Amino acid sequence: MKHLSPRRAASGAVLALALSALWTVPAQAQSTPAPAASTPTAAAPGPQQFTLANGMTVIVQTDRRSPTAVQMVWVRVGSMDEVDGTTGVAHVLEHMLFKGTKSVPAGEFSRRVAALGGQENAFTMRDATGYYQQIPVGSLEQVMKLESDRFANNQWPDDEFKREIEVVKEERRLRTDDQPRALLGEQQSAAVFTASPYRRPVVGWMSDLESMTPADARAFFQRWYVPANAVLVVAGDVDVARVRALAEKYYGSIPARAVPERKPRTEPAQRGIRRLEFKAPAEQAYVSLAFRVPQLTNIDDANSDAWALVVLSAVLDGYAGARLDRALTQGPGRVADSAGAYAGFIGRGPQLFMLDGVPAAGKTAETVEAALRAQVARVAKEGVGEAELARVKTQWVASETYKRDSVMAQARELGSNWIQGLPLDASERIVARLQAVTAAQVQAVAAKYFGDDQLTVATLRPLPPEPKRGRGFAAPVGEMR
Amino acid sequence: MKNLKKIASTALLAGITALFGMGSAQAALPIQHWTLANGAKVYLVSTNALPIVDVQIDFDAGSRRDPAAQAGLASTSAAMVEKGVRAGRNGEPALDQNALGEAWADLGASFDVSAGTDRTSYTLRTLSDPALLTKAVALAAREIGEPSFPDDIWPRERERINAAIKEANTKPATVVGRAFAQAVYGTHPYGQEVTEATLARIDTAAMRQRYEQLILPCRAKLSIVGAVTRAEAEALATTLLSRLPSPAACAPLPAIAPVVALTAPKDERIAFDSAQAHVFIGQPGYPRQDPDHFALTLGNYVLGGGGFVSRLTEEVREKRGLAYSVYSGFAPGLDAGAFRIGFQTRPDQAEAATKVSRDVLAKFVAEGPTEKELKAAKDNLIGGFPLLLDSNRKLIGNVANIAWYGLPLDYLDTWTARMNAVTAADIQAAFARKLQPQRMVTVVVGGKQAAAAQ
Repeated sequence: MKHLSPRRAASGAVLALALSALWTVPAQAQSTPAPAASTPTAAAPGPQQFTLANGMTVIVQTDRRSPTAVQMVWVRVGSMDEVDGTTGVAHVLEHMLFKGTKSVPAGEFSRRVAALGGQENAFTMRDATGYYQQIPVGSLEQVMKLESDRFANNQWPDDEFKREIEVVKEERRLRTDDQPRALLGEQQSAAVFTASPYRRPVVGWMSDLESMTPADARAFFQRWYVPANAVLVVAGDVDVARVRALAEKYYGSIPARAVPERKPRTEPAQRGIRRLEFKAPAEQAYVSLAFRVPQLTNIDDANSDAWALVVLSAVLDGYAGARLDRALTQGPGRVADSAGAYAGFIGRGPQLFMLDGVPAAGKTAETVEAALRAQVARVAKEGVGEAELARVKTQWVASETYKRDSVMAQARELGSNWIQGLPLDASERIVARLQAVTAAQVQAVAAKYFGDDQLTVATLRPLPPEPKRGRGFAAPVGEMR
Repeated sequence: MKNLKKIASTALLAGITALFGMGSAQAALPIQHWTLANGAKVYLVSTNALPIVDVQIDFDAGSRRDPAAQAGLASTSAAMVEKGVRAGRNGEPALDQNALGEAWADLGASFDVSAGTDRTSYTLRTLSDPALLTKAVALAAREIGEPSFPDDIWPRERERINAAIKEANTKPATVVGRAFAQAVYGTHPYGQEVTEATLARIDTAAMRQRYEQLILPCRAKLSIVGAVTRAEAEALATTLLSRLPSPAACAPLPAIAPVVALTAPKDERIAFDSAQAHVFIGQPGYPRQDPDHFALTLGNYVLGGGGFVSRLTEEVREKRGLAYSVYSGFAPGLDAGAFRIGFQTRPDQAEAATKVSRDVLAKFVAEGPTEKELKAAKDNLIGGFPLLLDSNRKLIGNVANIAWYGLPLDYLDTWTARMNAVTAADIQAAFARKLQPQRMVTVVVGGKQAAAAQ
């Protein structure tokens, strides 16, 4: 339960990935990169950004510690760009990008990357879809050739789709259908959001997966995989001019097309508490509180309450022995086995401040719900101490150094920040903004955003296990109350 | 001090020259190794690439040394180390868990204690700024040497673990793992299960007693990577262990009987109401010191370890769409950790997917890889060698591995050559020695048919 740095807070990359990424290959079957990364050393040059003639953005981060490199392509399209009836298509398409091009047959992409000594994977989130390879630097040109080819020329027979959609359904069963808290989260998002596409699960509803067609995936590819809607990030032991030449050669030849218009689908204001209950086989109850909070649209906006909300989440749950841990999970009268806080603040869609907890044996979800809110109320009433404020800030500063230990994470952060429209030095500037937050500001946001009207409470009610229960396989039903 | 790039590129160079039968004067991973006066073994890679210091201290104090009746003693002891330190021998005040949490956060450092099957590990990550480093090392030394094992905390910690066990038991992944471990390991401690009953027999006195026997400087292996010189590393290592009792010598710990080979196949079908059946197929594998390690590593890449490109992924996922995740792997440790094929699939497909997996395995064990597959495995694993060394995190993993298994300090210098020397025949022979597909454990958890059969 110890956190190296205030969790999931200081960068868009960490934030987005922590939320809801689906990966093409499960981590079990392949080593996934350790978290870490940006901010060049004083000696090292910072990241360089330029735009190809077709509108594609390229970001290069030189880090010469090791003879390795990372190539990532991030496309500014995710599940939030889907429409009802074809939910999950962004993720299905991500799987299909491994199924070939005009010149590279199905499966060959992965075989070639492997033969180059590389590791690869891809992921889909609400806001973006990403593809990457980690390689010995000598293989950079080959993977740039391969990746640019599938970005421009992905194509496959219907038969490949028929099998892969079954793989995706198994992925949904694994991640969601057998995970009561994941099912609850899915129901909670659907209850929190009405117009925002964040209301739908990234993996898609099962019935949409069952009725999805090859044409759905191809149409999504045609529509969104446009050079001006993507960024190429290369990080590692690379020369900027050389990467630029390779990018122009391989990606620059992709024809320019217009990025489709996006409908705003603005979420209407919430005017009153929402509650839902969800029953599923489990031993422990669980409760999750989602408060609507302001979304940061410009990191130069020093006046946004989003900054203080992030600090509030760290004061509540940023380190072992922080407020929630201490108040809810310790001592003879403890009410929870675990408790957490998390502030969303940057994203393409509306952001939430989350509180959650698992009741201790003999305690109810209602007790935990009340205890979580009491801790925020306490901050609103009494404020926070200078020592704890300094503590969470210290951790953010330190985490900026620790992040530099991974080239992969450097690339991930740069790509994620581009998706959110943030500048190259966003991470440092975010940390600087957080440093400037005062105790009074934290107290003020705790008083401002945690009433009933902007709250959606989701409660998991355990169905006790019955070994001989012949319940069948219908998905449990969520109900609004 | 070398920077990482130099480390990794000399490693490549060493590999290449080794191919041509020439020695290399430069070490792939320039590990400095020495023994402290208290008997602790230190392994250092000094690199100033980043202002960070990582330390890992390993003890032969994993769960395999838990008494059967007190399964969970290692992991709960590790967790309790983080719950407080007693008053220090130099008059420092006692600290409770919250004071410790605050102190680590104030330093911008992290310190974790955990127990696996073989080892109890203490890991420290701190900035190398001397003021912070000194404080972090001093605090870690207190946690290592003066844990309080507070009596008032343990009962509620036990309650919390019990609740988590009950919750985990509602998941097919837990049920399949437990049944598989019991069937594969029998009475070997690798198969011990932590239950409410074994936790009930653990108290803080048992934790203290165990700690006194196992957590001693003469049993410690310290791995250090980061921006410290040898002299600084020696001082740091000495301080970290300075609050432990230091007997003149450590008596050897009792030997643990090896994992016993299976004599007959075992098929277990467990009814479970879930959207997917979870399947494990396997048997005891091999200890890490086994000379077949290289052949088995390359062979497993071909069979089910190579992400998208393995035989199992091709047959189960790519050709048939039966699973999202399917893999095979060995888990070599001090003892013979299990070989395992694992996947999850819709319950009505479980038998078909099990048959496909078994057929793939049987064919691979009988015939070994093709030359083309062997080349692909070498291209990836050997070609990808620099990716094993490109961060401090990865470096300390390699150093700790060398330290723990007593591998030669030039292990990574010879690694490429030893991998390259493996032939398809070697792999076939190694798999034939290690795996007996006709007497493996198969556990399938899930499915209505299974429910009916019970």
